[in-house]
Amino acid sequence: MIEALSYDFIQNAIYAGILVSIASGIIGSLVVVNRMVFLSGGIAHTAYGGIGLAVYFGFPIFFGASLFAVAAALFMAYITLHQRERMDTFIGLIWAVGMAIGIILIDLTPGYHVDLLSYLFGSILAVSREDIYYMAVLVVAIALIVSLRYRDILAVSYDSEYAALRGINVPFFYTLILVMSALTVVIAIKVVGLILVIALLTIPIYISEKLSSSLGGMMLISGILSTFFTLIGLFLSYQYDLTSGATIIMVSALSLMLFLGAQKIAGR
Amino acid sequence: MSVLSIRHLNFTYQKEPVLEDINLEVDAGDFLAIIGPNGGGKSTLLKNILGIVTPSSGTIEVLGDTPEHRLSQIGYVPQNTNINTDFPIKVIEVVMMGHVGHKRPLFGYRKEEKACAMGVLAQVGMAEYAEVKIGSLSGGQRQRVMIARALCAHPKILLLDEPTASIDVTGQKQIYDLLKMLNEHITVIVVSHDISVTLGYANKVAYINKTLTFHNVDSTLHLHGGDEHFCEVEMLQMLSQKGGSQ
Repeated sequence: MIEALSYDFIQNAIYAGILVSIASGIIGSLVVVNRMVFLSGGIAHTAYGGIGLAVYFGFPIFFGASLFAVAAALFMAYITLHQRERMDTFIGLIWAVGMAIGIILIDLTPGYHVDLLSYLFGSILAVSREDIYYMAVLVVAIALIVSLRYRDILAVSYDSEYAALRGINVPFFYTLILVMSALTVVIAIKVVGLILVIALLTIPIYISEKLSSSLGGMMLISGILSTFFTLIGLFLSYQYDLTSGATIIMVSALSLMLFLGAQKIAGR
Repeated sequence: MSVLSIRHLNFTYQKEPVLEDINLEVDAGDFLAIIGPNGGGKSTLLKNILGIVTPSSGTIEVLGDTPEHRLSQIGYVPQNTNINTDFPIKVIEVVMMGHVGHKRPLFGYRKEEKACAMGVLAQVGMAEYAEVKIGSLSGGQRQRVMIARALCAHPKILLLDEPTASIDVTGQKQIYDLLKMLNEHITVIVVSHDISVTLGYANKVAYINKTLTFHNVDSTLHLHGGDEHFCEVEMLQMLSQKGGSQ
């Protein structure tokens, strides 16, 4: 394993794992407390349409996926603010339509057959330097926005009705949270794949929710746990030649079970 | 001095009249109880006073201006304080949400904001719980924190929507005692279906069932004389009678 660290692709995988873990720690916490988990799942699948678009027109995958994910986030923000009771219907709709667009565009791309599985289950070992730069810029942006507007985001997440009465622009911050989670989902697709994104946005957060008494603390603990799970998963997937995304999720899930078991014993 | 003045207010929702020709004057130092049956329009009236919805016709003046302009002077305690109890947030953070932001620091909270929040927490008897997660408090304690949050902006009026709905009897009395104490400095308006307790503390009562019937408590209670066990049903019937208004 030590000599493996000298390979560029392993180094990139480690950087990507850490960056995605920080982003998903911050955003996953917001997604969980705002009850947007399946909304983010829907956005992740919609992003596949953008992957198809990028393959078809030959532009960078991140760009295509971000485009679709952000469009889906804006659309869902509109639905949530105007037709909240029909949200689940529209989540199902964007979920399926996004994927269908992606699959058809890839069918139409002449002579090129993209490895579908790598997007469904992640391909952290295929992360490039450019990908790392994109992830780093996004993580810095998210960390800055969330720390500068922490109070507004906290107020909107905890009690949006009251936040509105205190003059906070609730629709704006709600949309902002959704757009940031869409962009986080896009970089997380590279690490765990679009099917497994939901797990990365929930498992570490569920554990840290029990351990923290503030939203900021929850973000920090989630980020640390997530980094830990990702790096262990990465190591195991390299050692035993397993799909990285699935391995990372299984490490997280087993840790959650251990945590819940330990909590139960301690509670007695 | 009148702190709240409602004149000829009508509110229709989807062509259905919810409130009809409501007139109400609340003076500084009043303790007003708004009572009435479910669906009678109590919450709608509250939303109109808070400026969340706009009346179909008529005017509302809060401290001589529109509700929108006076929002920072109205302290509001919403009905359901049992939502989101898993949320990782400390009592002090909830209270500090009540601050209306003018000059904000780049990160976190200003020292004065923290000091002020601790002050109002002490006022409602919850100072020792400042660093506790909100979810670990009891219903009554959480209600006190929500009152502290409303007090944080130093309001002239305190509006509470069913403040004792999910609290045990002892807790309810404590909440009303607290409101009575706060009433020495601010005007208190309570929406409640809890008639007997409300009448023990309020000096004015407004009964709302589409229309509003107004009572001064002194005159109302005189009708009952020395009978301490008044019947709630009888009471409601009496309050809803137009003839009983001043």
